[in-house]
Amino acid sequence: MSARLETRLWVAQRASAAVLAVLVAVHLVTIVYAVRGGLSAAEILARLDGHAGWFLFYAAFSLAAAAHGAIGLRVVAQEWLGWRGRSLDVAAVVVALLLAALGLRATWALTV
Amino acid sequence: MEQSLSVSVWRGDARGAFREYRVPRRENQTVLDVVTWIQRRLDSSLAYRFACRVGMCGSCAMTVNGVARWTCRTHVSRVAAGGRLELAPLANLPVIRDLVCDLEPFFEKWQRARGRFEPAAPERTEFAVVAPQTPERRAVDAGIECIGCAVCYASCDVVAWNPEYLGPAALNRAWTLVNDVRDGAHGARLAAVAGGAGCHACHTHMSCTEYCPKGIAPTAAIAGLKRLTLRAWWRGEL
Repeated sequence: MSARLETRLWVAQRASAAVLAVLVAVHLVTIVYAVRGGLSAAEILARLDGHAGWFLFYAAFSLAAAAHGAIGLRVVAQEWLGWRGRSLDVAAVVVALLLAALGLRATWALTV
Repeated sequence: MEQSLSVSVWRGDARGAFREYRVPRRENQTVLDVVTWIQRRLDSSLAYRFACRVGMCGSCAMTVNGVARWTCRTHVSRVAAGGRLELAPLANLPVIRDLVCDLEPFFEKWQRARGRFEPAAPERTEFAVVAPQTPERRAVDAGIECIGCAVCYASCDVVAWNPEYLGPAALNRAWTLVNDVRDGAHGARLAAVAGGAGCHACHTHMSCTEYCPKGIAPTAAIAGLKRLTLRAWWRGEL
């Protein structure tokens, strides 16, 4: 595996972690804040519907989580399963695309 | 002081087993003293390594009660809780026999990390002046006292999980060289230590820093290499 690609993946892992640190904090604080006064699920869905800001927020969340999770799982598979080579890279890309698709689908369904 | 120690010593190769010995307890006794006593008085077939006995050569490292240590400077009083010692060869290295490991993979990785000085100006004959207070020289000072004992390598979880990983000592050596202003292979060395078998594989568990008998912090060296490789990648030099 080339030093260049591995370094790029390492940077992507750190950058996505930095993005997620902010987004996860906002996500959790918002949940606690929103349900504090007894807000129902239907009311939450109504507020999200058609909201471009939340769409962008959760789209970014989904993409960062997909990148971070896939790169992390690739390393876990290398170290704990001894899985190496091209098949692992293909599997990691599939995991990334799957996570991104699931996240973006949910984002789309809630906010558009 | 007339007690005795019960000492379990690994005998045989990787498929060997522990054998029990009783060794008289002495004042100011080191673990290496114990091993030497066994070899001279009880069992001359015991294989182990040592040379200097004063913490300079890096050849006597073993696993003492589960922890990699330099045995010549490890006092029995510090490690033998309840008068028990368990001595095994270093982890993460092939066992040749008894307490002796094959260190070839360890030093082979120093080569792979380009852990050798490559002069930028080989034709120069006068002394290079390196000011002691410069940040580069200070970074070199922090890591240069490595004696190559492989205690860090044997203590590293990432080496255990990823046999290709260069390990703390080789990366620390590379870090001292990328800070050596007389060296001319900085870029090639950064390329050699970047990636999944190099500095980016480190999980910052800090076992190397915890157990290094010389008080070196390879974790800091590896973090430095991560910074420099990041900069090189950003500039398109990697």
